[in-house]
Amino acid sequence: MDQVANFDLFASRLADRSEYFSAGHRACQGCGEALAVRLICKALGEETVIANATGCMEIISSMYPTTAWGLPWIHVAFENAAAVGSGVEAGLKALRRKGRIPNREVKTVAMAGDGGTMDIGLQALSGAMERGHNLLFICLDNEAYMNTGIQRSSGTPMGASTTTSPAGKLSYGQKTWKKNMPEIMVAHRVPYVATVCPSYPIDLLNKVKKAKEVKGPAYIHCFSVCPTGWRAASELTIALGRLVVETGIFPLFEVEDGKYRFTVKPDTLRPVKDYLKHQGRFRHLTPDVIEMIQQGVYHEYNKLQDKVDNLHAWSELRKKPHAR
Amino acid sequence: MAKRVGMEVAIAVAEAVGMCNVDVAAVYPITPQSHIAEHLSDIVADGRTDTEYVTVESEHSAISVVIGASGTGARTYTATSSQGLMLMHEILPIVSAMRLPICMAVANRAVSGPLNILNDHSDIMPQRDAGWIVMFTENGQEAIDLSIQSFKIAEDPEVMLPVAVNIDGFQLTHMVEPVEFPDQKAVSRFIPARKPYAMLHPDTPVTMGAFAMSDIYHEMMMVKDEVLKNSKKTILKVWDEWAKTFGRRYKPVETYRADDAEVLLVTMGSMGETAEVAIDELRKKKVSVGLVKIRLWRPFPFDEFRHVVRKAKLLIVTDRAVSFGGPGGPVHAEIKAALYHDKHRPAVHDYIIGLGGRDVRVSDFVTMVERAIKDRRKSAVKDYEFYGVRE
Ligand SMILES: Cc1ncc(C[n+]2csc(CCOP(=O)(O)OP(=O)(O)O)c2C)c(N)n1
Repeated sequence: MDQVANFDLFASRLADRSEYFSAGHRACQGCGEALAVRLICKALGEETVIANATGCMEIISSMYPTTAWGLPWIHVAFENAAAVGSGVEAGLKALRRKGRIPNREVKTVAMAGDGGTMDIGLQALSGAMERGHNLLFICLDNEAYMNTGIQRSSGTPMGASTTTSPAGKLSYGQKTWKKNMPEIMVAHRVPYVATVCPSYPIDLLNKVKKAKEVKGPAYIHCFSVCPTGWRAASELTIALGRLVVETGIFPLFEVEDGKYRFTVKPDTLRPVKDYLKHQGRFRHLTPDVIEMIQQGVYHEYNKLQDKVDNLHAWSELRKKPHAR
Repeated sequence: MAKRVGMEVAIAVAEAVGMCNVDVAAVYPITPQSHIAEHLSDIVADGRTDTEYVTVESEHSAISVVIGASGTGARTYTATSSQGLMLMHEILPIVSAMRLPICMAVANRAVSGPLNILNDHSDIMPQRDAGWIVMFTENGQEAIDLSIQSFKIAEDPEVMLPVAVNIDGFQLTHMVEPVEFPDQKAVSRFIPARKPYAMLHPDTPVTMGAFAMSDIYHEMMMVKDEVLKNSKKTILKVWDEWAKTFGRRYKPVETYRADDAEVLLVTMGSMGETAEVAIDELRKKKVSVGLVKIRLWRPFPFDEFRHVVRKAKLLIVTDRAVSFGGPGGPVHAEIKAALYHDKHRPAVHDYIIGLGGRDVRVSDFVTMVERAIKDRRKSAVKDYEFYGVRE
């Protein structure tokens, strides 16, 4: 937390000054995703290849014949970023082994929105993680299909009104709980899984750097505020990213080798209402639905706390001679 | 001369690919392609080729993996069939648009439904307009030769397009045939390591797969069409070099006893050899008939085709797929389009045959020819008909 408080002091030293995701792209005002990508690229550095799914980040950054990308970058389709990334990794590995490219470590990173990760892209992601490629996958979660007009995804939170989960006389909006992607990744025995949010830039930079060093699969889930899709003021992007962590709705943690750890831990959780009230997508919610959301957040948070308190690193478990 | 061996064709294809210094392969098993997936992984496991073999979770990921790998500059290979090819469909036009020289074998099989694992061409026909080079093979030797040639054609700087080599499922993939393998050294000379035009690497930070709107998309499609048409020059050049190096000559359209024939039967794929026997029988009965076999489906060899049929009065086309509610079979439609402007236009009769593995025998080809000739005398040539429908 101290680092965050002293961000102005440390930032220039911690963050690479080079820009690999340059200004002039077409993202909306206050786009949390574009900010995250800019920071992520700084943490990744030059020795990186990116495979990007169809979605906001691809559309706003690669309008032919322009490009915002200073890193080698490939886009193919919506659901296959993890597979394309797997191929990039395999290609670099083969060419390096055969001496056809310089003998240097190059990191392959795949990126997709929440739709490209947890809905249509889940199969390709599961395959890539299970196969154990040296691949970092980053989910840029803005909680709906924003690129195509704010349709719901399995990452849309309970109660949010989207264009396909609209609030109406008979509906309070999204009626399902957000899919827990980090848990799904941990279940794949991915050695490094973390959540980040660009409102906590140092935390984000540190985790991306850590993930980059993993010689195998890694997964980062990035909470990305979308003022356009959430009907929120664009100057609230950073504040909303803070509030989502302070309310416990989106805790910042990492799972290294199966061991859970909070990286940013609020002393007490603020009520979810503090976060919901700034966003048009939640404006219709009645007190009982808000209470249901509040209980849901406590439930998930306690589950996570339990894991932080009780789970051991997998490597430690292996030392025990018998199954417990 | 290399030694002849008896080998299952799918295994032979994997062996041939194993000689091509493939950097990355991603193959998902599906009958009747599976022996390629399995045998290629054997070759990799035994260290007979230095290849990253990615055991993907679907064909959609197979084609996506080889795209990513091809983007880095690697030589890439995949193989599939039927439902697998249909699952890849979304990605196929992206491969050609990105000018990635991916090579793929298609063990042709009927598409569902109903589910059927046997041979016809209904899997490759929906991919017709994906912008790939598409070829058909007739026997095991051709399957070996075309598989090797495909890398040289695809990776040529004038081409840089993906190539699909079609091998009829079971009818060809599972036949044990006498084949000979070219010498490994000669193959390595014929296809040296790929020299990519652009590579996904930090030393050359390119953007691949940018998004394009109406101001430029239209022109990009025109370029794709021109490049695909132009690829015929390279294909002919490669076949010429192959003939000089390995002694076997390939043509976009092959013929059998066709020069003086009034009637020409048209086939594509492994049924050509059965049809040849039928032609011999009909010739014995003094029927003036020959055979035209289409090897190159895309780019379609319009000039070569018009040339070989220029003296014919009747074309009997066989199709192994249906364009439902349309002009019968896709080969038929193509041929009619090819001939529309010709002053000399033969009558064209289309038979849809051998769907879902239905056997087509020598006697069937004889019957088709005799019946079409009779129909033509009565001026009763139909656009198309399903041959051999059970009553
Ligand atoms: C196979 C396929 N289905 C649908 C689409 C249309 N589509 C493009 S992007 C997108 C949604 C992207 O949402 P998400 O992954 O959450 O990323 P975001 O745009 O919100 O960053 C959709 C539905 C597509 N391009 N391809």
